[in-house]
Amino acid sequence: MSTVDPDAPPIPSIDVPGGALTPLADAQLNVELDTGDMILNLGPQHPATHGTLRLVVRLDGERVVSAEPVIGYMHRGYEKLTEFRTYPQVTTLVNRIDWLSSFANEVPFVGAAEELMGIEAPPRAQYIRTILTELSRISNIYLFLGEMALQLGALTPAFYGFRDRELVLNLIEAVTGGRFHPNFNRIGGLKDDLPWGWIADTKQVMKKILDGCDDFEDLVVGNEIFQARTKSVGIIPGPLGASYGVSGANLRASGVDWDLRRDGKPYLVYPELEFKVWTHPDGDSFARYWVRLQETREACLLVLQMLERLPSGPVMAKVPRIIKVPEGEAWVETENPLGQMGYYVISKGATGPFRTKIRSASFSNVSILPWLLQGVYVPDVITVLASLYFILGDIDR
Amino acid sequence: MADETEATDAPAAETAAAVDAPAGPAPDPLVADVLARLEAELGDSIVESAECFGDAVVRVRPDAWRRAAEVAKDTLACDFLSFISAIDWMPAPKEGGDDASGDTSSPVQPTETTYGVAGSNGRFQVFAHVESTSKHWGITFKTDVDESDPHARSWVTVYPGADWHERECWEMFGIAFDDHPNLRHLYLPSLFEGHPLRKDFPLLARVVKPWPGLVDVEAMPGEEGDAEGGGE
Amino acid sequence: MSAVHLAVDAGWGWTLAVKVVVVMALIPLGALILGYTFLLKMMSHMQSRLGPMEAGPHGVLQLVMDGLKFIQKEDITPVEADKRVFAIAPMIVVISTFLIFVVIPAGPKVAVQNLDVGVFYALAVSSLSVIGVLMAGWASANKFALLGALRAAGQLIAYELPLLLAVVGVVIQAGTMNLQGIVAAQANGEIFGWGGIGNPFVITQFVGFLLFMVAAQAELSQTPFDMPVAESELVAGYMVEYTGFRFLFFFIGEFGTAFAYAALAATLFLGGWAIPNVDLANGWMNVVGPLVLFAKLMFVAFLIFWARFTYPRLREDQLQAVAWKFLIPIALANIVLTGILKVAL
Repeated sequence: MSTVDPDAPPIPSIDVPGGALTPLADAQLNVELDTGDMILNLGPQHPATHGTLRLVVRLDGERVVSAEPVIGYMHRGYEKLTEFRTYPQVTTLVNRIDWLSSFANEVPFVGAAEELMGIEAPPRAQYIRTILTELSRISNIYLFLGEMALQLGALTPAFYGFRDRELVLNLIEAVTGGRFHPNFNRIGGLKDDLPWGWIADTKQVMKKILDGCDDFEDLVVGNEIFQARTKSVGIIPGPLGASYGVSGANLRASGVDWDLRRDGKPYLVYPELEFKVWTHPDGDSFARYWVRLQETREACLLVLQMLERLPSGPVMAKVPRIIKVPEGEAWVETENPLGQMGYYVISKGATGPFRTKIRSASFSNVSILPWLLQGVYVPDVITVLASLYFILGDIDR
Repeated sequence: MADETEATDAPAAETAAAVDAPAGPAPDPLVADVLARLEAELGDSIVESAECFGDAVVRVRPDAWRRAAEVAKDTLACDFLSFISAIDWMPAPKEGGDDASGDTSSPVQPTETTYGVAGSNGRFQVFAHVESTSKHWGITFKTDVDESDPHARSWVTVYPGADWHERECWEMFGIAFDDHPNLRHLYLPSLFEGHPLRKDFPLLARVVKPWPGLVDVEAMPGEEGDAEGGGE
Repeated sequence: MSAVHLAVDAGWGWTLAVKVVVVMALIPLGALILGYTFLLKMMSHMQSRLGPMEAGPHGVLQLVMDGLKFIQKEDITPVEADKRVFAIAPMIVVISTFLIFVVIPAGPKVAVQNLDVGVFYALAVSSLSVIGVLMAGWASANKFALLGALRAAGQLIAYELPLLLAVVGVVIQAGTMNLQGIVAAQANGEIFGWGGIGNPFVITQFVGFLLFMVAAQAELSQTPFDMPVAESELVAGYMVEYTGFRFLFFFIGEFGTAFAYAALAATLFLGGWAIPNVDLANGWMNVVGPLVLFAKLMFVAFLIFWARFTYPRLREDQLQAVAWKFLIPIALANIVLTGILKVAL
């Protein structure tokens, strides 16, 4: 710039991205190649999207410019269906929202109905309900522990996850008769009592699961490649996550210390139990995996605790044969494995609900994806999807 | 902990549901505190408020819908958005008209229109639930929506998560949300007509084939009383 | 044994024919053996399951049946694909595998061609597959395939260098690029004066061996370097539009190349077909040599596949960082050290 002749005609220049006005000759070398964005459709059939989720991703090279989830491929219209069912029939429907931990879906609905009726299930039923909820939590999150590693390329942990999960599913089947859709809750208690020998079996299985969690800690959490793939990927700041409605382990991994079992309205027998709520300050994918691993261990310890304290007694309160829930509204929310699940039941005194609003965890967890996926690489999209851990039935209801 | 429902200043509270509850209503101090704070901030925007099983339920005027969200988020530390949805208080019309027997297997709902906790001004209501991760309380907000021109103000600027909830509410009930950036179908195909969760939208599966009612065990094929004649 | 020599020396035409047939039969057979042992059985057992058990005793014929199944499938070419390029791409990948076997010796006289620049030729020819991969990805007219092909190209080219540099140390120690010469150097060599087990370069070139294994893992697109075929993302990457026998080519190419790299590693680092302190010109080594080589290459393949089933995969930029910032400097340091020690000792 030192030899500029003030009388010479101005050199033609163009405005280059970045703001500087560059002389044309240089500009031809400096302008970034403006390649068009590529639109990539992840799904609805795709191994990484856990079901029929479609992610329309706009890519610039390997970076995501914008991502939009398209949901509804599995929308079954549960809220409409509940208006045409009696209360006991709704538990069958509701099982299938989050199908990996089905028992846990029934609990808040039955709780809402019982609250409106003013009935309390007997203590033994409450304990067994809590045990089964924690077992379904283990079965759900244990699958996640293996399957997130699978999304990242490690083939083996997935099989370990499935193998040990079979033990838990066998336990649930022994009690309820169904591995995946137990349909075991009744308004006022449970359908049946525990089978003989179940408590001893469960203690053994819990010890096995605890060993399995140690395996995962070594194989996956301690693996440098896993850490390199997940640390600092997909960071959700705590307050932003809360305003999106992200809940459960996802929010706790961002440092927000909030667990409905301890902090919400008291439900089941959690007020009588001692357990630790795990949080992690980072909020990245690694944190979410780590928190869930600790929660699995905590769930095993909870089950062992409850088995020690299991009271005897009936498992069903006295309820009329035809269940008519008095007029009213009830909102019951529980800490489900995927997050917070709640039912807002509006009853008009009939045998079935007038309106049920089902608040499912994954719906809110997935709503943060457009914000979360900006600027990440394509492999990181998979990591983020895997770590948020949603179930399509939970999103689409 | 079976708290009885208690209306703090509205006569149209729903009947006490707890039959075995301890005698005499025991107002939850936490809820009372929340209601007091809301009253201080919103003043006469609150039409009715009530307590419902340990949660505060507050019905605000439609023009104060967004202000209620701001108040909840800023002064009551309610940083967690649980859901936003709507209620259609109209009783579902009977299939085949009022004289027909209707769908015999579905629960029979009362035919008069009654409103729930904190009442309502008409057919539609938008309701939302927010919670505080630090203070551990929850508030349910309700607001009335004009039936002839259903719309409400959007909460997107206050709670970004409201985006999807309001889209779902719009497509299911037809309630438009002002200032929403992107009001389009969430679950349903983009060409879907109608708003399914409204009570006058029939359950199409039952319209296509009426529910057979209580059915006994189906006979084996070829035996008497085969599928040709139907169950029962 | 001289009778065997006479039979083989009968005319260059017959020799050539025999060599061609052997190599062409060897690749699929090698792929089959590796595939069965490691992919079907070892992986399954490590994942606490049995693997295929139906086809043949313990599922031995499973891959044969899979091959037959592939051959009888409909040949689907995507409508928008570039047909000729689409058809040729798998062949290029397989050809590069075949070409590596030209130089690998399995005995004192059992080598297709004993090139003096054996190592150089083998590594040069193994990079031909990159072209095939790029052709496959582009011709498929599929965005996922294209992504996979671009990732593959970047990765394969990046890891050529550590592969090469790792081998340079071996060449310095052996003093020759001729693979038979390298085998001889290991069989007859001594480690610091002790000739008990010869001088297998896996001991003296330990760093080189590790580098070669890591780079080979990347060249084979095996986890942790399998971004190009990231199953859970791109669902087979550049191969996604290939079905039937074209896919079979890719499959044979993948496992055949694994076979070839394992054989190369066994020759360069483990001593090849020779047994230390056994006379290299002994006629029996023509029969025992291939078996010895086979055993050694199965061991190397075991290491490759073991790492494959255990580790998650690295992201593309992390992968490149490992190659450029980590492996190449170490390889260069290794060469310098080897050179110094070769001259000093």
